[in-house]
Amino acid sequence: MAVIAKKGFDVEKLRSDFPLLQTMMNGKPIAFLDSAASSQKPTRVIEAMDTYYREKHANVHRGVYQLSQEATTAYENARELARAFINAPSAHEVIFVRGCTEGINLVAATFGRRFLDAGSEVLISAMEHHSNIVPWQMACEDKGAKLKVIPVNEKGELVMEEFERLLSDKVKIVAITHVSNTLGTINPIEEIVEKAHDRGIPVLVDGAQAIPHMQVDVQALGADFYAFSGHKMFGPTGIGVLYGKEEWLNALPPYQGGGEMIETVTFEKTTYNELPHKFEAGTPDIAGAIGLGAAIEYIQSIGYDAIHAHEAELLDYATQGLQQVEGIRFIGTAREKASVVSFLADGIHPYDLGTILDKLGIAVRTGHHCTQPLMDQFCIPGTVRASLAFYNNKNDIDRLVDGVKRAVAMLR
Amino acid sequence: MSINEIQDEIIDEFSLFSDWMEKYEYIIDLGKQLPLIDEKYKDEEHLIKGCQSRVWLHAGLDGDKVVFTADSDAVITKGIIALLIRVLSNQPAEEVAKSDLYFIGRIGLKEHLSPTRSNGLVSMVKQMKMYGLALHAKN
Ligand SMILES: Cc1ncc(COP(=O)(O)O)c(C=O)c1O
Repeated sequence: MAVIAKKGFDVEKLRSDFPLLQTMMNGKPIAFLDSAASSQKPTRVIEAMDTYYREKHANVHRGVYQLSQEATTAYENARELARAFINAPSAHEVIFVRGCTEGINLVAATFGRRFLDAGSEVLISAMEHHSNIVPWQMACEDKGAKLKVIPVNEKGELVMEEFERLLSDKVKIVAITHVSNTLGTINPIEEIVEKAHDRGIPVLVDGAQAIPHMQVDVQALGADFYAFSGHKMFGPTGIGVLYGKEEWLNALPPYQGGGEMIETVTFEKTTYNELPHKFEAGTPDIAGAIGLGAAIEYIQSIGYDAIHAHEAELLDYATQGLQQVEGIRFIGTAREKASVVSFLADGIHPYDLGTILDKLGIAVRTGHHCTQPLMDQFCIPGTVRASLAFYNNKNDIDRLVDGVKRAVAMLR
Repeated sequence: MSINEIQDEIIDEFSLFSDWMEKYEYIIDLGKQLPLIDEKYKDEEHLIKGCQSRVWLHAGLDGDKVVFTADSDAVITKGIIALLIRVLSNQPAEEVAKSDLYFIGRIGLKEHLSPTRSNGLVSMVKQMKMYGLALHAKN
């Protein structure tokens, strides 16, 4: 299976698409193992944005002149690419936002305003990124609603019996991550959506860490909202997507006011534009959307089957390699796992390990990864996290394993 | 020795290291030495929160001189703390307040004192100078 899926997949050729992977860090060729924080960009994305600014730029949805029409077409074409990418029923259910964080804030603020009240509850999980905790906390505080948390077991999996127990009629919305950025756990979204929908409760999925690794089909998942960032999927920073089912997006009040999102404005009353413009106040990130479109086409040219097969192989290779280091402890050992390895070395602070790896040209993330409550549960200050993308190769992993061995020898 | 004399001495010592490995091995050694602070001061009140590592700092007076003790949960941070203490502890409060810590850049550890590193060291240096200022004013 892996062999078939990987047919035609040439990691070295793909690496040459990424200018940054050819650079040095601390005098050594960079081993970039922090793609979960932000991925690198292929030339194709960089060039799409460059060409746009050099040859096609004008404001969108405004001018009658040809250039503005072309810019509008390019921007709306990116929306259509995003729609097809996640198999959304229609393009007006695809809202361009600044990133996953803004997408979640948009829903939390507007949903909160319309549907939360004292006595209602929002259900999240213990493995959420701060981006999927704090916006809900703010919405709950505003209305006197309560935030409830699905616990996580010692392997880093959701405790599904607890989820079912917490799913009462007080719950107005479930907000859950598809893939954990700290643990790599892939959550059973279909099952969660099905159980929530049985009670008529909508579900928002934080897709930030899923979209770089797996085919996302919002209709198959059944999610009511799905948010992700361009910069984690080989696209530019400053752009992301919030997908929402039409009936929900129509039921929500606007988020920000301004140009683009209105139909008519008088000082007495403003009526709002239709979807998706209702949620896109002001001049959007046109170049970002075009870059995102190029990233989508790039991913599709490789194919998720090949990406998955390669990443699964690397994840295994990394886990086995690190296992040889004495006193290594993995944080996050879920059965269903994306290519993220979080670990600690006995008696060694993650900061120290990360510092030595940096000197060796190896980029990993250390700390709590914006999941402080999760770290508290495991009673650790943080972890060292190596997160892999399809452009990583075995050499990157060999260097990581050697680097950790060397750092451990220095630090113990 | 004055603050600057000690800084120059550290710069001299570090010039002997031929690569980053030797330098870090030395810092790690410094960091591994006994706790630099009385356990009773390792509490919330003396804690300086960094996102990456935590630092505890205590200041006392010996005549007109400030005596600093500190600790960290990360050993590299602790090694750098040992250097900072060597420079600033047992110095007149006024001198601490107006000190310019140029040695950190000269020995190639500036990155550890960058605010983006969020290891607690920047806040610790700020705090040390504030203690200097406050204790000088009190005297
Ligand atoms: C699971 C998860 N959700 C949300 C976010 C926030 O993404 P962004 O900062 O791009 O808005 C991240 C980013 O680290 C993440 O890992």
